[in-house]
Amino acid sequence: MLLPLAALPAMCVALLPVVYTVLRATDRGWGPVWRYTWSDRTAELASNTLTLVAAVTLSAVLLGTALAYLLVRTDLPFRRILLPALVIPLAIPSYVSAFSWLTHFPGLAGFTGSWLVLTTSNTPLVLLPVYAALRGADSAPEEVARSLGAGPVRAFCSATLPQIRLPLLAGALLGALYVLHDYGAVAMMRYETFTKGIHYAYNASFDRTAASVISLVLVALALLFALGETAARGRVTPRIGAGSPRPATPVRLGPARAPALLLCAGVVAVSVLMPLGGLLPWLIGRGTGRLDLGELVAALGNTVSFAGWGAVGAMLLALPVGILAARSRGPLARGVELAAYAGYAVPAISVGLALVYFGINAAPSWYGRGQMVVLAYIALFLPIAIGAVRASVAAAPPQYEEVARALGSTGFGALARVTVPLSAPGILAGAALVFVSCAKELPATLILQPPGRNTLALELWRHAEVINYTQAAWYALALVVLSVLPTVVLQRLAQGRRGSLAAVAEDTESMKVVVRQ
Amino acid sequence: MKRSILHVAVVIATATFALTACGNDTAENSGSPADCASTGDPKTLTVYSGRSEKLVKPLLDSVGADVLGEGVRLQALYDQKPVKILEEGRRSPADVWFGQDAGELGALAKHGQLGELPDSAVKSVPSQYVDPNRHWVGVTLRSRVLAYDPRQVPAADLPGGIDALVDPKWRGKIGYAPTNASWKSFVTALRVLRGDDGARAWLTKFKATEPVEFDKNGAVLDAIDQGQLSFGLINHYYWFMKVGAQGADKVNAKIHYFKGEKEPGALVNIAAAGVLACSDNKEAATRLVEFLLGAKAQQYFADETGEYPVLAGVKSKHALPTLNELSPPPIDLNKLESLEATEAMLKDVGLLD
Repeated sequence: MLLPLAALPAMCVALLPVVYTVLRATDRGWGPVWRYTWSDRTAELASNTLTLVAAVTLSAVLLGTALAYLLVRTDLPFRRILLPALVIPLAIPSYVSAFSWLTHFPGLAGFTGSWLVLTTSNTPLVLLPVYAALRGADSAPEEVARSLGAGPVRAFCSATLPQIRLPLLAGALLGALYVLHDYGAVAMMRYETFTKGIHYAYNASFDRTAASVISLVLVALALLFALGETAARGRVTPRIGAGSPRPATPVRLGPARAPALLLCAGVVAVSVLMPLGGLLPWLIGRGTGRLDLGELVAALGNTVSFAGWGAVGAMLLALPVGILAARSRGPLARGVELAAYAGYAVPAISVGLALVYFGINAAPSWYGRGQMVVLAYIALFLPIAIGAVRASVAAAPPQYEEVARALGSTGFGALARVTVPLSAPGILAGAALVFVSCAKELPATLILQPPGRNTLALELWRHAEVINYTQAAWYALALVVLSVLPTVVLQRLAQGRRGSLAAVAEDTESMKVVVRQ
Repeated sequence: MKRSILHVAVVIATATFALTACGNDTAENSGSPADCASTGDPKTLTVYSGRSEKLVKPLLDSVGADVLGEGVRLQALYDQKPVKILEEGRRSPADVWFGQDAGELGALAKHGQLGELPDSAVKSVPSQYVDPNRHWVGVTLRSRVLAYDPRQVPAADLPGGIDALVDPKWRGKIGYAPTNASWKSFVTALRVLRGDDGARAWLTKFKATEPVEFDKNGAVLDAIDQGQLSFGLINHYYWFMKVGAQGADKVNAKIHYFKGEKEPGALVNIAAAGVLACSDNKEAATRLVEFLLGAKAQQYFADETGEYPVLAGVKSKHALPTLNELSPPPIDLNKLESLEATEAMLKDVGLLD
């Protein structure tokens, strides 16, 4: 009973932007809502946005799964270097990457460039969870399928794919929602999506109604996606332990080694080397002003503080929701989860304005201070945190918790002492991902920042605004370096997943002994 | 499954009603300054700058007690949009709005957010750059220019005015920043000079050239510099900024001033400041506006941002043509506030959604 109560704060934070958006959209009655919803403009934006979402999600899922398979199941060389290199795009803001591409290939502007940039930033969102799942997955069914005459692709699809389906779907959903609310890449690439339309309505027409109506359409889309993912997820029974984990025999690539390696190298080149290399001409040679080191250090401190608190806050709020979602199919758990996804779809600029409205009217003592920025980050990235907690708790068998309770532990004690530690790696990985997302955030930070406290992303944008590209490039670099640290933690945790599952299996044995006694 | 969706719907509906109820109590979009909520600290002067931090911060950082009075502290937020103040309503902590464009200030004034400036603040500024209701005063001037790539279009082949620009031969070659306030002010000027029918005719031709949309003026200029486009409709100082940052030899793009009393392309617009109706420190706020109009600040803008000063007698270090040389069309800048009609027309023509 306590758990649902603990899930309420998350619900409130997640619903805040949605409720605000509904209020703003309807403040001139429902007439404009219908008019804007069914206007040609909305139809055009919807078709552009959905095309982009479909294209990016499809390519990220295919690429992410293929790369994860190559890294886990084959004898591909340089795997230890390739994994971190393939995860780094998470740390590169989409607007930096778009900027780099455009400087060198101006012709990419439009759909192609947006697709390219968003695919590179979304592939790790699929790669990481699939990588972790593949390492934990049992390879025996696939070997059986092969022995029965199935080809490698068919064996993978029929035996291994069902085992990694959940993380794959979760990664795809996060990626799709990311495309829905991304602004940086599409603005830079000049591709008209919903987010661009919303910024336009706020800043060019001062029309809050139109902007809010389009935001609501986005929320509806996000809910559809989230429900679609649930439907595709179906019913899941967590496995107890990993059976008897035996290292899978690596697939010998043979003559396919060279093309496979080329694929990985190509992805690294396109998603890491090009976006970062594109900054080089600005860092060396073409000087546009000198870097102010004090300003950089201050921005670094602000970023760490805002994003750090954002990550901690999001995880704390997400913990009860994620546990609830993993352990029960009750309407409350689903409701909170869906609310969070709906909030995630609201573009950051609307979340920022929602918090302006909420802050100045309901929490004036927080207004204009760091707390509002942190609150915006929590509202924006809660679904990432909830997803991480849900996935890792779902992977930790509930039977342990039941055993602990049977042995006299309270419900809360069993959670705190058994379930949370078991799912700690996944929860930490979620925190790292939230941190990185916060550090890159721009539109909401711009609206809510306390006077004089710039983040790295703000400095980067502001220097680019006045064509000081050299300083902008330094800030981009600092942002990437700061984000790489948690990204490396993430990748380590993905790698360590196997280890923790093996530990779980051992624990199972000792628990059984305890129970028998 | 169905039950859970229903549950979510109920929860959302309840929350909506709860918030609507409080919303009606606290938020007001318009009204008299009498219902100001005193939220700010009267010892802190808060400036919302619609202008870029890197351009304005050095100047505002130099403002001390001699301007603001003893014990008053200045804090500033940069790159702000008017929509934030509209959202904050009567509780806005802002005391001064320093905006990019007459249109932005017009939008704020229309929502009753700006108070009246005293004579002392506006007397040094030529009357065509002051709002007749004294809600805002122009601080600097900027002219619309045509940026071009001389490698694609030699100076001799440049269009002489905006009518020559919308020739079909330039299809897909013109860039502009539709969300930028300066673009809309230009369209408003077009309406003022040519009437609504004349303006619509030009915009229709402009739309037919399939102009390329950009997020901001700087990006338009970059695209021309890289040779992606031949032309761009921007403000003059972006070019001076780029040359200042990268050096004249590194910038390919050039700018061309349209001229003529009947030429909307030669529009000279303002950056302007106003004091919030609900400011809790109007005295210091007014002194800050006076400071922005003083010799020191005017010299700063002329040299550092390449804008035209509104104060007579201030010379820029840049080779800026004088306002007389430009011969801008004589437009009442106050009319640039009539943004709604402009937006309606842009929507009509299909250039704004």
